[in-house]
Amino acid sequence: MAEVSTGGAVFRACIGLIDVPEVGEYILLHAGFAIQRISEEEAAETLELLREIKDASNE
Amino acid sequence: MLQMNDRGIRYIDEYRDKVLIRKLVGLIRDSAHSGYTFMEVCGGHTAAIHRFGIPSLLPPGIKLISGPGCPVCVTGQTIIDKAVAYSRKQGFIIATFGDLMRVPGSLSALEKEKAAGADVRVVFSGLEALEIAKANPGRNIIFPGIGFETTAPGTAVTVKKANDAGLRNFFLLCSHKVMPPAMDSIINDGVNLDGFICPGHVAAITGSSVFEFIPGKYGLGCVIAGFEPVDLLQSVYMLVKQVNERSQSVEIQYTRAVTKKGNLLAKQLMKEVFEPCDSYWRGFGIIPLSGLRLRKEFECFDAEKVFPVKTAREVENQSCLCGEILRGLKTPSDCPLFSGVCNPLNPVGACMVSEEGTCNTHYKYAQ
Repeated sequence: MAEVSTGGAVFRACIGLIDVPEVGEYILLHAGFAIQRISEEEAAETLELLREIKDASNE
Repeated sequence: MLQMNDRGIRYIDEYRDKVLIRKLVGLIRDSAHSGYTFMEVCGGHTAAIHRFGIPSLLPPGIKLISGPGCPVCVTGQTIIDKAVAYSRKQGFIIATFGDLMRVPGSLSALEKEKAAGADVRVVFSGLEALEIAKANPGRNIIFPGIGFETTAPGTAVTVKKANDAGLRNFFLLCSHKVMPPAMDSIINDGVNLDGFICPGHVAAITGSSVFEFIPGKYGLGCVIAGFEPVDLLQSVYMLVKQVNERSQSVEIQYTRAVTKKGNLLAKQLMKEVFEPCDSYWRGFGIIPLSGLRLRKEFECFDAEKVFPVKTAREVENQSCLCGEILRGLKTPSDCPLFSGVCNPLNPVGACMVSEEGTCNTHYKYAQ
């Protein structure tokens, strides 16, 4: 079990379905269970790729 | 660049960024040359699409239709009727997810039974139902297991924990379902589709590979999407490109949560505890191998095996179009009951009850 915060509300969730996350990591929470770790690198990369498309078409 | 916002949450504001949204809308408008119909399968997507006004941003040629991905909506009345029957038994406690409380069965709903004095408690997770079982050793706790691949692993953990703890008063009323057979059924139903916005949270568990039969067998596009406006618009753009370039395949837009293989640990646990079975879906009837039931070694937790109850045959309100709406054949405005007799305060069909239901969403945002 781990303490998780969603929008500022803190409660306990089961992390038995994922590799043990580090404190401060983002997880996907569903019905009291962490079902996936969120990849910050991927989150940033998706946005970066979209920004690049924007730049390319603005040139 | 990716700074925490005021509430300390990252990757929310960024995925609602006005500049990126305008850019994506422009890209979609520039590339949409003809008519496109895409189905969002997940109820969470339906809610997000209308909450963020996505249809109003799309060119008129792009139509988004809702599919069967609201778990409460596709659950047959029989499960509600059984939960109601258990709630009326002496010494039983129903521990249920909140969204099931108001779903009408053929005669009653759990909410009504609670008002009449039954012990019906809302839980946030199966593990809370276990705690209730531990605290009430003299009573039988029934936990209705509703949901797709997103929820089923949590139920698997719950059943295993009940087993490990030697609990003999915890029972699962199992109605878990899996998504791919329903998508297969929709395609075979002949709904006119160019592609799917595939369910992001289901795919976080299953991985993207379970959808590969869709382009492979039917030549339809698939993009697994996240739930923010940028995610949804980017996914529509990716689908338009797939259709234009005739490069239909399974692409992942929601890369921050979804991989090709998914959550192997969760899949392993599901496999240990459940086995596939045929399952009834509201609007569809029985879809072969679309459900999950407890394996033999966990049968002692199966409410229906341990306490068989008889319920009436599945009878749905003939005027209610939930079934056709779940199959993408009709929209809420086609239904004679929508927003009059059937509204969120007095729902006739399950699609009006759930926050993820198409009718509930349309009532709130799309009128």
